[in-house]
Amino acid sequence: MDSHGIIDTLTRLVPGATYDAGANVDFATLYVPAARLVDTCLALRDTPALGFNVLVEVTAADYLPRDPRFEVVYHLLSIPHRRRLRLKVRTTDAASIPTVQGVWPSAGWLEREVWDMFGVVFDGHPDLRRLLMPEDWEGHPQRKDYPVQIRKAAQTYEPLEITEEEFKANLERDRLKRTH
Amino acid sequence: MAELRTETMTVNMGPQHPSTHGVLRLVLELDGEVIRSAQPTIGYLHTGIEKTAEQKKWQQVVPLVERMDYLGAQSNSLAYVLCVEKLLGLEVPQRVRDIRVLIAELQRMSSHLIWLGTHAMEIGAVSMLFYAIRERELLLNINELLAGFRFFPSYLRVGGLREDLPRGFHEAVTAFLDRFPAKIDEYEGLLSGNDMFLRRTKGVGVIAQDDALAWGLLGPIARGSGCGYDVRRYFPYSGYETYDFDVPTETDGDVYARYRVRMRELRECVKICRQALARIPPTGAWACDDPRVVPPPKDKVYTEMEALIQHFLIYSQGFTVPAGDAYVPVEGPRGEHGVYAVSDGTNRPWRVKMRAPSFLAIQALPTLIRNGLIADVVAVIGSTDVVMGDCDR
Repeated sequence: MDSHGIIDTLTRLVPGATYDAGANVDFATLYVPAARLVDTCLALRDTPALGFNVLVEVTAADYLPRDPRFEVVYHLLSIPHRRRLRLKVRTTDAASIPTVQGVWPSAGWLEREVWDMFGVVFDGHPDLRRLLMPEDWEGHPQRKDYPVQIRKAAQTYEPLEITEEEFKANLERDRLKRTH
Repeated sequence: MAELRTETMTVNMGPQHPSTHGVLRLVLELDGEVIRSAQPTIGYLHTGIEKTAEQKKWQQVVPLVERMDYLGAQSNSLAYVLCVEKLLGLEVPQRVRDIRVLIAELQRMSSHLIWLGTHAMEIGAVSMLFYAIRERELLLNINELLAGFRFFPSYLRVGGLREDLPRGFHEAVTAFLDRFPAKIDEYEGLLSGNDMFLRRTKGVGVIAQDDALAWGLLGPIARGSGCGYDVRRYFPYSGYETYDFDVPTETDGDVYARYRVRMRELRECVKICRQALARIPPTGAWACDDPRVVPPPKDKVYTEMEALIQHFLIYSQGFTVPAGDAYVPVEGPRGEHGVYAVSDGTNRPWRVKMRAPSFLAIQALPTLIRNGLIADVVAVIGSTDVVMGDCDR
């Protein structure tokens, strides 16, 4: 089934959504409107004729200065049909796209990494925190306008939450407990 | 009598814990010895290789991707070169394809040996590590013979190989393949029926097939849960469809099943290596003859003007790759290694993304260890065979 065959099937299953076939050298590629992403993924997963049961990868590419600048890329795999599919969603840094974690749990960290590296916001993601970069990092390193080499002083983000007196009292209490 | 305290305890495991395969940090919530929840923290080994790759020429990225999953180095570079060749539309000679298969299988054995040694050591069978490293040393010697570099040979190149096979390569590999099957028997003799090993691994860290696929754990973990998916079988590359081998699967989905899968894979590796070796003539083509990508032979560079210009262009500017994107997966030692590369039509990649099996395995780790004992955490981590360099990239 090529891109057009999948588009035909999907248009019947997800009414009102429009898909564009993308150029590709390896396997079928679809451009999906962000608003219909979750419906589309559910249809792709649950329709036996499609059967895309594994989300292999979520990543993104920054096409600055093109507008919209980001393409979020989902690679799907259908083990029963031995078929792969690539979904692409175009987005900007002002917009956000829905999470597909409810469809495939593996999306959790993959989307978190995309947010960490590109700053693409996933609506409804329960845990959108830094994953590879430190928690207090500023900026999103994989963006094309982010410098390749910068110098940053090492930071600690959590000051010690205990005073010296409390610390000593703790030690003393511990010592007493052991001697009795 | 003092009141009994019943709150859960939070324990920090790692990032310097010796059983976390590098620098993985787990925050465990314990109820006695039972794990109620776990929170992995990664990123300690993040080196920004994907960002660095965008500054390099296409060919220069090969050594970089080898350093991501440092135990399965040449399966990373195989995925990368196949991906770039897909974008270029290059076909490499049959001999190169067979050599790549051989190298990928040797790499798989080398990676599985380190997994076997460390996994068994972490759950108590310390001497296993010495036996496994003994054979891995021979594989590293083969790498050294091949490329002068033991861990990251960078021998695979876009368009073929770096150079022809060295003299004595066939003999070295044959000597290893003759020796190795008896050694696998030795490993299995030490572990497969070992009562202590069985008690530590059977029924521990169980994951069902549907869960394994939902978490994207393609590779030995899914095969341990009964899923027969193997990239070499489902989406053959480099001519794997012409090789005779089995894809081992187990149905229990526990630590022991994953151990069995990898041990049987070692035997399949030997089978594939023997077939590949028989197909590779000692001398012959080691790269395609596309002058855009492969530099001309040295004797022509010294005697012909066009060859000199071509040599200069390739080494100063590299080659350009047509605009577009491609995702190419290979079956790495840890599962599906994939490279997604985007080209904007210039001599440098616009984006290179590695699909890291360890990343997904660590994401699923809390599911695997929940409601298990704290002592089983190291057994489960070992059985997922995570490499933090692969996870953090």
